Amino acid sequence: MTLHGENNAPKQSLHTNSSDSTATITQKGDTGGPHEAQEERPPLPPRPSLLGVGERPATPLSAAKRPALQSKPTTALSSVDIQTLSFPDGSRGTFSTPASRSVSEAGQRRPAGTSTPSSRKASNNGSEFDDSASLISYAPTLRANGDLASLLDEGLNAQSPAWKLLSSQADTVNPFEMIDYEDNALLNFDHEFDEIEGVDSKGGNEEEVLLQWKAKLKHYLILSSAGKPIYSRHGDQNLINGYIGIIQTIISFYQDVKDPLMGFTAGDTRFVVSIEGPLYFVAISRLGESDTQLRIQLEALYMQILSTLTLPTLTQLFTNRPNTDLRRPLEGTETLLSSLADTFTKGSASALLSALECLKVRKSQRHTINNTLLKAKTEKLLYGLIVAGGRLVSVIRPKRHSLHPSDLQLIFNMLFEAGSVKAGGGENWIPVCLPGFNNRGYLYMYVSFINAHDGGESSHERPPSTGGSREDEIAILLISADKESFYELKQMRDDVVTELQKNGSMDIIKAAVRQGRPSTTDIVPGTQLRHFLYKSRANVQFMMPSFSPHFSSLLARRR
Amino acid sequence: MAEATAPKPSSSVKLVLLGEAAVGKSSLVLRFVNNDFQENKEPTIGAAFLTQKCNLPTRTIKFEIWDTAGQERFASLAPMYYRNAQSALVVYDLTKPTSLIKAKHWVAELQRQASPGIVIALVGNKLDLTNESSGSGNALGEDGENDGAEGENDDGDARKVSTAEAKSYAEEEGLLFFETSAKNGTNVTEVFTAIANAIPETSLKGARGPGATQSSANRSEDQSRVNLTGPRDNASKEGCAC
Repeated sequence: MTLHGENNAPKQSLHTNSSDSTATITQKGDTGGPHEAQEERPPLPPRPSLLGVGERPATPLSAAKRPALQSKPTTALSSVDIQTLSFPDGSRGTFSTPASRSVSEAGQRRPAGTSTPSSRKASNNGSEFDDSASLISYAPTLRANGDLASLLDEGLNAQSPAWKLLSSQADTVNPFEMIDYEDNALLNFDHEFDEIEGVDSKGGNEEEVLLQWKAKLKHYLILSSAGKPIYSRHGDQNLINGYIGIIQTIISFYQDVKDPLMGFTAGDTRFVVSIEGPLYFVAISRLGESDTQLRIQLEALYMQILSTLTLPTLTQLFTNRPNTDLRRPLEGTETLLSSLADTFTKGSASALLSALECLKVRKSQRHTINNTLLKAKTEKLLYGLIVAGGRLVSVIRPKRHSLHPSDLQLIFNMLFEAGSVKAGGGENWIPVCLPGFNNRGYLYMYVSFINAHDGGESSHERPPSTGGSREDEIAILLISADKESFYELKQMRDDVVTELQKNGSMDIIKAAVRQGRPSTTDIVPGTQLRHFLYKSRANVQFMMPSFSPHFSSLLARRR
Repeated sequence: MAEATAPKPSSSVKLVLLGEAAVGKSSLVLRFVNNDFQENKEPTIGAAFLTQKCNLPTRTIKFEIWDTAGQERFASLAPMYYRNAQSALVVYDLTKPTSLIKAKHWVAELQRQASPGIVIALVGNKLDLTNESSGSGNALGEDGENDGAEGENDDGDARKVSTAEAKSYAEEEGLLFFETSAKNGTNVTEVFTAIANAIPETSLKGARGPGATQSSANRSEDQSRVNLTGPRDNASKEGCAC
């Protein structure tokens, strides 16, 4: 928290003032769940939950409450299939009420202590056999299973020392600190990460068979109220058409009786339905996310569609022809929707918290950058942003308008996750509707990337949607309401870059980007904390330390 | 492209790329500007602006290239890009007949709405998918959505638009015509060089400056189209000499 104060930014930009942070999200949990247990389709034994001991005092006060702590796994939100459990203290249990939880979570919620290693192994073996039927997950399953056995034992053993550690430190822990445990979490995570790659690449496989489709842990479907498919994360049209029909029927049935369907559960799979005007959004998840989370994700997909079409266009399309096939107007944005969806599936802190992340630079330096932007500001400019490594450096904005995090999320997704914008090199002029700002019209966004590593225009190919690519790019975004203002904004960009180079800010940004996120040990020397998320509600910002070296999955709690 | 050593007269030329989605507009530009090619390139959003110099014996042309997105919903923005453009590249996919139809629409729109002197080149891309180009054995369509590529893979020829058909159309309309492969680089620089040569000297003075002021005058000059063919053809013939 102390370091964080450095992020304070001047008025015009979002500032990170940690002093009035209301919701603190520190947390942790990790234990790599045997993820193959999630991949199988057949009836499951209750998902084995590995023991993770995560604990976080919300404030020093809460130390007193710790005894009441229950081992109640909350939602797992993490890289694709990492099962993450957290043990928030009951007093702040937040994700959603147990009543609304899916059955699968209820299954998980059994006290961790009751499951013995042997019972777990049994269930894992069971799942392995089931899996062997489907080629996809067989190999990884085998591999993961090997170290699973040892992991299970260690997980159990690790529990009590960790608990002791916890209680002994209870009075002294700093609010951000959180105790962590098992070193083999790292090892386990590596395995799971391999598998993530596997799942993702299969998504692009054109020879999707039904089995593979069903094996996906997470689906997003978008359809029109007339039952026309609009988008699905996995599977082509022929594959999903039948399901679209079924879903449309189910949703319409409830629509008719004026009791809209919100969601339902089948086995360990949670279906969440969200209806936005003529569009039905369905999220199907076996990752144990809460309804609220899934709903936010669906909302973001809707925002992406609005950002492409604007609300009036969308409404008009469907008013004129209720059976419009929206895929045509949306042509080309499938990659944006998919990268957005994948971001959610992998677990995105900014989506989770509806907040944004800033690049860590000193206050005075940020001030300089802001002033540079302000000085170069042209009349046509609405918003000006400098973004580095996927994190915000500076924003200038009109006095009355802030920039909505969901809008920023859309922009970041477009620029950094989907490769289309930066792949070509050069500058881009993109019409975009920012629904949080105004969902009725387009703004025009000037985008220019500057390579952080060297001054030269280097345009290596970057495979789209890889995590690494966003880390070293500095982008200048200038947004205007005037579609003719490209050259004006281009001029402004040139001025800004020249000025930033002159006053050394460019080097500072580059250095900060290279440095990456601080590791937890930089923030709190000697901590055993692996990871945390901190959100300052007042400023809609969050920060988190680097994932490496532990690369544990993250899990945060809503305010 | 190497920089000019001697101070040759240099001028900017605004060039706009138009054409159906996924015909390879961005790939052509990428090949021309960076001499690079990406498989499975994601669709362009909005438009990208790039520059590249083109050295002619007598002068240097600096292309200011507007690479537009081909999707239908961006069509309404196109006038913004082709207004004041001195040249246009209308691209179709020679494995996809509908893309030539779309290209013809663009040509018509340009002739109707764009600057009177605009130099238009019709480009059939994805030559690597036909059996006329060597080394195309494994080429299965840059975007993987080529029905033709798979259907006629036996003889290695996915061509669906004959050279003669497109060429005769181009001659009718007084367009430059090329078949290219952004993947292999075939004919790509040639297209741009030919355009550079075809730009009449007179329109080269202030690059963007005069263009910006002309805009209002453009609309109603349909007839000028007829005159255009003359000088343009001449210019392109000289151009081919180098």
